[in-house]
Amino acid sequence: MTIQTQGNTLTFASIDGDAGLKAALAMKRADIIDTVADSGMKGRGGAGFSTGMKWNFAGAEKGDKKYIICNADEGEPGTFKDRVILTEFADLVFAGMTIAGRAIGASEGIVYLRGEYTYLRSPLNAVIKKRRAAGLLGKDVGGVKGFDFDIIVALGAGAYICGEETALIESLEGFRGEPRNRPPFPVVAGYRYAPTVVNNVETLASAACIFVNGVDWFKSFGTDRSTGFKLFSISGDCAKPGVYEFPFGITVADLLKEVGGSDAKAVQIGGASGVCVPRAQFARQMAFEDIPTGGSVMVFGPQRDMLAVAENFLEFFVDESCGQCTPCRIGNPKMLEAAAQLREGTCAAEYIAELRELSGTMQVAAKCGLGQTSSNAFMSILEHFGDEIMSRPAQAETARSGA
Amino acid sequence: MLVTQQEQLRADVTALVDKLGPGRSSLIPILQDVKSRHHGIDTDAMQIVADLLDIHPVEVYSVATFYAFLNPAAQGEFVVRLCRTVSCELAGKDAIARQLETELGIAFGETSDDGRFTLEWANCMGMCDQGPALLVNDRVYTRVTPETVREIAADCRAAYSGHAAERQEGYLV
Repeated sequence: MTIQTQGNTLTFASIDGDAGLKAALAMKRADIIDTVADSGMKGRGGAGFSTGMKWNFAGAEKGDKKYIICNADEGEPGTFKDRVILTEFADLVFAGMTIAGRAIGASEGIVYLRGEYTYLRSPLNAVIKKRRAAGLLGKDVGGVKGFDFDIIVALGAGAYICGEETALIESLEGFRGEPRNRPPFPVVAGYRYAPTVVNNVETLASAACIFVNGVDWFKSFGTDRSTGFKLFSISGDCAKPGVYEFPFGITVADLLKEVGGSDAKAVQIGGASGVCVPRAQFARQMAFEDIPTGGSVMVFGPQRDMLAVAENFLEFFVDESCGQCTPCRIGNPKMLEAAAQLREGTCAAEYIAELRELSGTMQVAAKCGLGQTSSNAFMSILEHFGDEIMSRPAQAETARSGA
Repeated sequence: MLVTQQEQLRADVTALVDKLGPGRSSLIPILQDVKSRHHGIDTDAMQIVADLLDIHPVEVYSVATFYAFLNPAAQGEFVVRLCRTVSCELAGKDAIARQLETELGIAFGETSDDGRFTLEWANCMGMCDQGPALLVNDRVYTRVTPETVREIAADCRAAYSGHAAERQEGYLV
């Protein structure tokens, strides 16, 4: 059974990544980095760090061995664009990795593929094999003397936290996926403590596109501070869920119109660690300067119980917290407990105020992005749907579905 | 574990260490292999892996218990993981959960007496636009309905080896 993903036509489909690779290989290494920096591209995984800056840091490090890691541990709830990119445009991703490898002076690339996507491993390996045969990987890549670069696929084992770059590196090294202290950042001391660039799948594919059509072309999409186009993973209560490409800066309302979800009462943007945007704010923009996102958009129809949504997110975080630092390990279960109290109608308003403080503590004291963002969804749902939640009658029990 | 089984396991792991190298990075790929062949990673297996990688067995235990897919507990031939995250919940995962429990005769977290099925929850598996979704070992099933649950179970029951062949049929977008 082959199932077609719905969505609009992606720019990736019309671009030959290897033309980009060829163009990049003809450039000086510093110029490759400058090109990416000039494009203003920010990381497509969601954190939005400048890709050019990241490559620049890693390129400036001295070291015999450097690594390019493609983060294909797409675990953020509601995100599935990388699955589509890896299935349909793997060549573009590998071209992007090779360009990055040339730019920073790396000889090895690793795709960290999440365990849930094990079925993609052999197709990806087949593409790698083809590229080796074509001289696009291996020794003297693309005929450039002395540029050796090869790519392997490593498999994750079912841990959301391994999408965090330092946890991913720990996992690749054979340890528990527990985030490291930063600094040092991976660009200085990453995989095996060598300078390492960890980029999202979409970031690498987009980088390859820039070398085909140029910086000006790339900057013609999006806003001043969020350049380029972005893939969005749309799911939930809409007529046409799927992977869509839009320029940065599109409003929530316009996006919902495209996907057939105009009657939504709220959308969750940025996955479980993102924020819940109520109908009243649908004029806001999807861009790093307004609502930053890795592209996950979950649509909630008018009939949805937002407390059940918050509870589902919190269950996710309680399950996926690595348990290393206290704010996250203890904070998330406390949040989940409170959600259960709210459902039963036994939560004091005073306690909600304390939860806000706890959320603030987690944001500053948790070690990595998981704990820093895990309470966001719950807090924004409480903020926007507080009336709905606090005025629940005792029969609210029936509204809660699930385990 | 029988002595012959231990010897077999040691030979298997030795072959993997030869292939992947004796470094710590080989630990997770080795455990993935042991898990998929033996459906569990018992203390004997952990000891053998630790010996061959020259690390303390507790290190092996700590890694195996960290990752959901390396769960050391003995599990069924087919591990059925139903996605419980929001998009699949909106798509009606509860009805599928009930049907799975009924069809397989086990509750979530349990393994059937014949050692064939384990039923578990999974967190988001990236099939949010095609929910409810579930994984049977490496294979993904999307837009599952209560009727297809029966077919999925029947598929697995029909042929252990058939399942391996199906995995080659291609991949979904």
